[in-house]
Amino acid sequence: MSYKAALRVWRGDHGQGELADYAVEVNEGEVVLDILHRLQATQAGDLAIRWNCKAGKCGSCSMEINGRPRLACMTRMSIFEQDEVLTITPLRTFPVIRDLVTDVSFNYEKARQIPSFTPDPAIGLGEFRMQQVDVQRSQEFRKCIECYLCQNTCHVIRDHAENEHSFAGPRFLMRIAELEMHPADTADRREIAQDDFGLGYCNITKCCTEVCPENIKITDNALIPLKERVVGRKYDPLVWLGTKISRRPSGKDTPKVPGTQG
Amino acid sequence: MTDIERLPYDVVVIGAGGSGLRAAIEARLAGKRTAIISKSLFGKAHTVMAEGGAAAAMGNVNPRDNWMVHFRDTMRGGKFLNNWRMAELHAREAPDRVWELEAWGAVFDRTNDGKISQRNFGGHEYPRLAHVGDRTGLEMIRTLQQKVVALQQEDAVAHGDPEAMIKVYAETTITRLISGGEGRIAGAFGYIRETGQFVVFEAPAVILATGGIGKTFKISSNSWEYTGDGHALALLAGAKLLNMEFVQFHPTHMVWPLSVAGLLVTESVRGDGGVLRNSEGKRFMFNYVPDVFRAQYAETEEEADRWYSDPDNNRRPPELLPRDEVARSINAEVKAGRGSPHGGVFLDIASRRPADEILRKLPSMYHQFKELADVDITKEPMEVGPAQHYVMGGVEVDPDTGESCVPGLFAAGEVSGGMHGSNRLGGNSLSDLLVFGRRAGAGAAEYLDRLSGKRPVPDEGEVAAAQAEALAPLERAGGENPYAVHAEVQQTMSSLVGIIRREDEIKSALAELEKLGERAAAVSAEGGSAYNPGWHLALDLRNIMLMAHCVALAALERQESRGGHTRDDYPGMSPEWRKVNLICALDGDKVTIARQPLPPMREDLIALFDRAELNKYMTEEELAAWPAAAASEVSAAIAAQEETHP
Repeated sequence: MSYKAALRVWRGDHGQGELADYAVEVNEGEVVLDILHRLQATQAGDLAIRWNCKAGKCGSCSMEINGRPRLACMTRMSIFEQDEVLTITPLRTFPVIRDLVTDVSFNYEKARQIPSFTPDPAIGLGEFRMQQVDVQRSQEFRKCIECYLCQNTCHVIRDHAENEHSFAGPRFLMRIAELEMHPADTADRREIAQDDFGLGYCNITKCCTEVCPENIKITDNALIPLKERVVGRKYDPLVWLGTKISRRPSGKDTPKVPGTQG
Repeated sequence: MTDIERLPYDVVVIGAGGSGLRAAIEARLAGKRTAIISKSLFGKAHTVMAEGGAAAAMGNVNPRDNWMVHFRDTMRGGKFLNNWRMAELHAREAPDRVWELEAWGAVFDRTNDGKISQRNFGGHEYPRLAHVGDRTGLEMIRTLQQKVVALQQEDAVAHGDPEAMIKVYAETTITRLISGGEGRIAGAFGYIRETGQFVVFEAPAVILATGGIGKTFKISSNSWEYTGDGHALALLAGAKLLNMEFVQFHPTHMVWPLSVAGLLVTESVRGDGGVLRNSEGKRFMFNYVPDVFRAQYAETEEEADRWYSDPDNNRRPPELLPRDEVARSINAEVKAGRGSPHGGVFLDIASRRPADEILRKLPSMYHQFKELADVDITKEPMEVGPAQHYVMGGVEVDPDTGESCVPGLFAAGEVSGGMHGSNRLGGNSLSDLLVFGRRAGAGAAEYLDRLSGKRPVPDEGEVAAAQAEALAPLERAGGENPYAVHAEVQQTMSSLVGIIRREDEIKSALAELEKLGERAAAVSAEGGSAYNPGWHLALDLRNIMLMAHCVALAALERQESRGGHTRDDYPGMSPEWRKVNLICALDGDKVTIARQPLPPMREDLIALFDRAELNKYMTEEELAAWPAAAASEVSAAIAAQEETHP
């Protein structure tokens, strides 16, 4: 039942390091994180791994296993052949801190630039009335555990670090979609989605959707509908005319949050 | 390594889960410069693992619900050992705290008339848990995280710096609290995980919000952070811990595959219609309804099944008894040889609800079993068993402000004690975090106002000692591996001070812990101080050992069975012991234990209960002391309130 798996694990820090070979025992039903813990407890006490819940709920143990971005706690060893060498490396898009741990602060900076939920201040505590069918779309995106596998995978920044300034990545474009689809939100982030957060860079290759451990349809349900809304806002001549002749003060674009630009 | 970074703040919150974030938000709203110390990345705290919901008597699904009914349920769940004032504040304030989350962007499931939906849970008389499918904790942590960000955005506009008033120190661990003059708190010493840099947060007010002690046990649903840090920091700073014998073993966790043993299976499965069966296919919970609950629970499967659609005219299914009862019953069934193949029992929702409903209401459970165990819960039953889940015991605090007996030291959430008595009801944790997180934040802000600028100065001797203590495992060569010692502590606690306890076993655990304590103090960590998990565990071991001692000592002292403390040699619940709180403190490096009387409940709250029910819990003298007149008055008030919502 149990066997020794061959592991090649990235060891090193600050851009320097190498793959180190280990042989680690594997028992029935175990996941990759179990094996890394066993490696830590028996052979490499200082092996840096970021993990928390070991239940697929916190999104901490993101890494690349045989080149594929995955959560180590949700990757069962039984999907690999027993004689297969497992190559385990840190997320490629983010700078390595040590071993399998990367600096994901990029994501926290982007999160801070997006205008927050903006309800009508006249609505008192407990007075929100929303139908299930209307909140369901935002709820799908709020399943996100912020593992950043989508951010790591998206070629716009994975292969082009120069885009980091102008592109927020699938996770945060989805956050904009979530707020835009929230029935009680009053802000309008369509303009900045395109101009400041780089929605136009997304060419819907759906890699983000493919690696999402929560199976969120990021591209189909968040990014494409958001693109459609942006097109409606920016380019639809009827909508444009409407904003010009309407006497209602609506249609104001919400600006990016001042003072949060890194 | 000798340079220590100094970071001045008004309030330092240790812990970035539900209670820590809520406390920090409140302190910042009160105008205090606030630091949030997060052992993990921001937004990953253990709160994300909460599944079922937040209990709050909003009355959205059943308008008969109100805070008094919630209070009553909480006291019953805790077997009347709760701090009544905390239970009262919690029941009164939980609805506002949940509604506040909604205003901050939480997207709860809805009722048909567009309000926040509420679900049934063990021990709650009415559907009471605000929820988002089975991932309510994630919604809560994300909402609080995003509220912190929203405040930072306001500060960016006002001060030109988003971190001017509230800053998160991610992957930072506190190892010692530092005192100033007059025994006051003056700061906290710790290290930043990424670099190993030592830091002193210089602050007059420190709020502990570090959660629980799960990593003291082998099979636990808790994450790696749950090493009892706040409990230990409080003890070491001179505060007291209350009732550490009460450890909750939640009844349903995965038991197979072994590597995921301890992974939580939400109580919502039972709240939404799932039932427990033994290897003979019998719903065994009907055999385990204790006397104190007999009046409220169904006696036949037919009545129990009718309750889901007609709760006003039928009694609840016994699968929804408080967690301690269900966990003990599962344990007894397995012991009697009627368990499932992997040593649990069967939790069946497949035969009771249509597949699409299961997928809609329990998506994470479906996902979890499918991915990790190859079990389709819409087609087959789950194998489940109890595992350590929560600690009711914690820092003794003032109910209204969360302040401990050490001036400037506050605690909220799981690290604090008293609120849940001997057993916590499901759903009362998320609401506890919000209610008492907010109160601790406000309490710390008021404390600072009272200090009026006279900030205590950190004792430099303590800072130097803290640094030496932290460096020791790195400097010590040839010591034992911390992982090995930790595994033995967990094994000892799980097998000797676990769900069922006996005097001789607890005594042998204490003897084991003595020896393990010496080994833990001599471990070595290989490698350097930058992101070195071996070193981190070596430091956490001190806290884990302290917690193991506290739990074992308190478990030995309390000679009765109540809630999360079951003594095989004292199986009954004793009215005399109900009057006693057990207090752990530190004398030098020894844990001491003392008895302290429970504060008597206010009369109008006692009057919420039937005399017949109180008879089961209280002594003759206590009962004789309470006036009967007040009782009828308040009972009439509740009845009147329930009448207005027929």
